Amino acid sequence: MAEERMEEEEEKEREKENAKYSILIPTYNERLNIALIVYLIFKHLRDVNFEIIIVDDGSPDGTQDVIRQLQQVYGEDRILLRARPRKLGLGTAYYHGLKHASGDFVIIMDADLSHHPKYLPSFIRKQKETGANIVTGTRYVKNGGVHGWNLMRKLTSRGANVLAQTLLWPGVSDLTGSFRLYERSVLEDVITSCVSKGYVFQMEMIVRATRKGYHVEEVPITFVDRVFGSSKLGGSEIVEYLKGLVYLLFTT
Amino acid sequence: MKHILKIMGLLAAISAIWIGLLETSVVPRSYTWLLPIYLIVTLGCYGLLMVGVGLMFFPTCPQEAVLLQQDIAEAREFLIGKAIDVGSD
Repeated sequence: MAEERMEEEEEKEREKENAKYSILIPTYNERLNIALIVYLIFKHLRDVNFEIIIVDDGSPDGTQDVIRQLQQVYGEDRILLRARPRKLGLGTAYYHGLKHASGDFVIIMDADLSHHPKYLPSFIRKQKETGANIVTGTRYVKNGGVHGWNLMRKLTSRGANVLAQTLLWPGVSDLTGSFRLYERSVLEDVITSCVSKGYVFQMEMIVRATRKGYHVEEVPITFVDRVFGSSKLGGSEIVEYLKGLVYLLFTT
Repeated sequence: MKHILKIMGLLAAISAIWIGLLETSVVPRSYTWLLPIYLIVTLGCYGLLMVGVGLMFFPTCPQEAVLLQQDIAEAREFLIGKAIDVGSD
């Protein structure tokens, strides 16, 4: 009996060693960045079994042509293009990509290079070490950080974070970051109960996951904002965020 | 349990303690009446302090921007070698 269990354990260990990772990247007009990011992913994940799933929302700038060229270089089995006809939103992009993912784990990252692929190994290592269901990248700890934000942006970010920490007790330090690794079944479970959009969507995902009792771990990441101005937070975003907070207070 | 219920529970517990203090008058009543105001002020101060501390020690990474530029140059070189069109930004 004990021997059998041990064999089972070993089997599980082996499975973990050979785990497959699906890297999910939603794009819209990222023809240059997607090529750079694909190169960097292959550079930093040499001995890992992975596939890249790109969900492109009908970019008019030729993003999909570049992706096809990349498929010629790296192989169509490593880079999957799962396009959609037009801009349909981030949440549904993840859901769409997830349907085509064959990995045991799904990693979600942005295409604009604010998330650097060099952190992928630390996500994978952390998951293996702790057996976590979710590993989320955090910018607000030692060895993490942000570049390219002005004082106003930092202030709103800190304020939003303190508010969320005080009201929601989420147990993670970076709620709105979107560089994360999920066990596939966990992502499938959580994503179906999330309805928010934008920043709030990322927050809803992680809050619902902690409430469901999933094991969440954090790794430090740096966030380089290259497109100055794109991350400017307007009044409407702040209102949306506050609405999202209240929504989560009442529904989670 | 919905999270709002947890917070309501916490508030209810605090109110209960407060009413208890009012009823038993362990501390002078005039002090007890002021306690909720102190609590709100304390909460506000805590919030401001946390934002302030967060701003003071906001982790930044200017060196990462430089490293990223190097990575981009390296990737560009490789991609151009593979005849992938990365010319215009």
